[in-house]
Amino acid sequence: MKKRSAKTIRNLTGYAFIAPWLIGFLVFTAGPFIASIFLSFTRYDIISTPVWVGAANYKELLTGDPIFWKSLLVTFKYAAVAIPSGIIAGVALALLLNMELKGISVYRTIFFIPSIVPVVATSVVFVWILNPNSGLVNSILLRFGIMGPNWLQDKNWALWSLIFMSLWGVGGSMIIYLAGLKDIPIQLYEAAMIDGANAWQRARHITIPMLTPIIFFNLVMGTIGAFGTFTQAFVMTQGGPEDSTMFYSLYLFNRAWRYLDMGYASAMAWILFVIIMIFTGIIMKSHRKWVHYGN
Amino acid sequence: MSTKSPSGLGKYQRLGVHAALIMLCLPFIMPLIWMVSTSLKAPSQIAMKSGESAVAFSAKNLLPNPVKWDNYPKALETVPFAVYLRNTLFLCFFSVIGAVISSAVVAYGFARIRFKGRDSLFYLMLATMCLPGAVTMIPAFALFRWLGWYGTFLPLIVPAFCGNAFYIFLLKQFFATIPEELSEAARIDGASEWRIFRQVMLPLAKPALATCALFQFLGTWNDFFGPLIYINDPTKYTLAYGLQQFLASHGTEWAKLMAGACIFTIPIIILFFFAQKTFIQGIATTGSKG
Repeated sequence: MKKRSAKTIRNLTGYAFIAPWLIGFLVFTAGPFIASIFLSFTRYDIISTPVWVGAANYKELLTGDPIFWKSLLVTFKYAAVAIPSGIIAGVALALLLNMELKGISVYRTIFFIPSIVPVVATSVVFVWILNPNSGLVNSILLRFGIMGPNWLQDKNWALWSLIFMSLWGVGGSMIIYLAGLKDIPIQLYEAAMIDGANAWQRARHITIPMLTPIIFFNLVMGTIGAFGTFTQAFVMTQGGPEDSTMFYSLYLFNRAWRYLDMGYASAMAWILFVIIMIFTGIIMKSHRKWVHYGN
Repeated sequence: MSTKSPSGLGKYQRLGVHAALIMLCLPFIMPLIWMVSTSLKAPSQIAMKSGESAVAFSAKNLLPNPVKWDNYPKALETVPFAVYLRNTLFLCFFSVIGAVISSAVVAYGFARIRFKGRDSLFYLMLATMCLPGAVTMIPAFALFRWLGWYGTFLPLIVPAFCGNAFYIFLLKQFFATIPEELSEAARIDGASEWRIFRQVMLPLAKPALATCALFQFLGTWNDFFGPLIYINDPTKYTLAYGLQQFLASHGTEWAKLMAGACIFTIPIIILFFFAQKTFIQGIATTGSKG
């Protein structure tokens, strides 16, 4: 009897400690999560009560909304270019900055700092440096006799501008790869040297496989992040020109807060959720094939 | 990786490596130099008049000449950045306090108390980290509106007091490394779980708590979406939101705009230099433990 009550006390103490999270989870995550399924089947403008419309929102999205498809395409394009190039640039910089050289930490700091600049500040600065007439980028290009494009005002270049800007922040993932490089046991390289492996073979068969868990992590977070891309597009282009930077999250925001189409936006949120589930599912499934867990 | 160590490199090869690294650094550092330099330039040095053709870049144009310090007071006159700064710091203060304290309490519960359903709840918490915010934000917005919190700072502060899954995870990992004997000894002395948490565990967890505080500070400082949907009164704008509003309304006053961007960015860079170790370690653990 006494033992049982000690157990009860332990359970109660445990729940008392995790209570802040548990309450927050129920009120701000689980509750809204379920409510948004319901809202996705309604017409809801936040002011009046939701009106049940069945699957109408989903039907409209999939069959009658070209901007929805455009926003999916824009987001996929961005993800397909920005994520792989971010991984390649991050790994390459980390390999380069892993040298033992006097002053190397100064270079590391310079590459890292852009990644801590707030997104809104980065966006404002890039609007300025990508200004077609007075911007830094085009005036440097002109120095070399090149007439730069209109960047954010050109529908063929606007998305590319945002991709370049994402690469400017690559220093954050570079730091993660650098930490990973430090964890690779030196014996692996010594053994490989004895076996006569050259620098390329060592990178190909030791360094890259040992980094795959971190690459995997960045791939998953990058995919979720790409679908959440909002602030840059909102601040810099508002989705234009001609919807060429209409990211999924931006369109969702416009639907919800500009047009107060909260039911429709909830349906979009659920489609987004399913897409992310499918993608992380695919990445997770592939992970046995290429992710190497050495330790 | 000592195999890559260029200790075998000669003097000229080392110089070559430095030259290559400096070239590579330029695209990363130039936008920031340009931001600061523009914020100190006279209008005549910034943009040509309409009709003039674009000017090629020259080293002469890199630095402001003359240096116009009064762009800053002027920017502060046009846009109440001081008010935005105060609002931002207010939000940062309360959300850091809320997130760090609640995450530490919850993490202790998950790390040190064996209660029923602990492991499944912990996995559930980890799963919420991958949940896209879009799926919960509309009902959450409706909830805050129903509570009468729309237009106040409450929707931006209160959720922080429910802990943050990522910090809870980090702190739980940290608490798990502290030897059980330490709390066992206190327990034998009749200390309650709360006292063990407060007096034994918390003092040991200071570095991990600092990492969480730093991340939460940055997150709140940088947050744009929260203020965008919840704040409707210009006296309550944060720096992130105020800067975007400034771009939207005075889009071509580049000197003032860059002055605003500097006011928003430079504190973060200074903070980085003071807390470099916490920054780097925090980010590195994100990758390897996530």
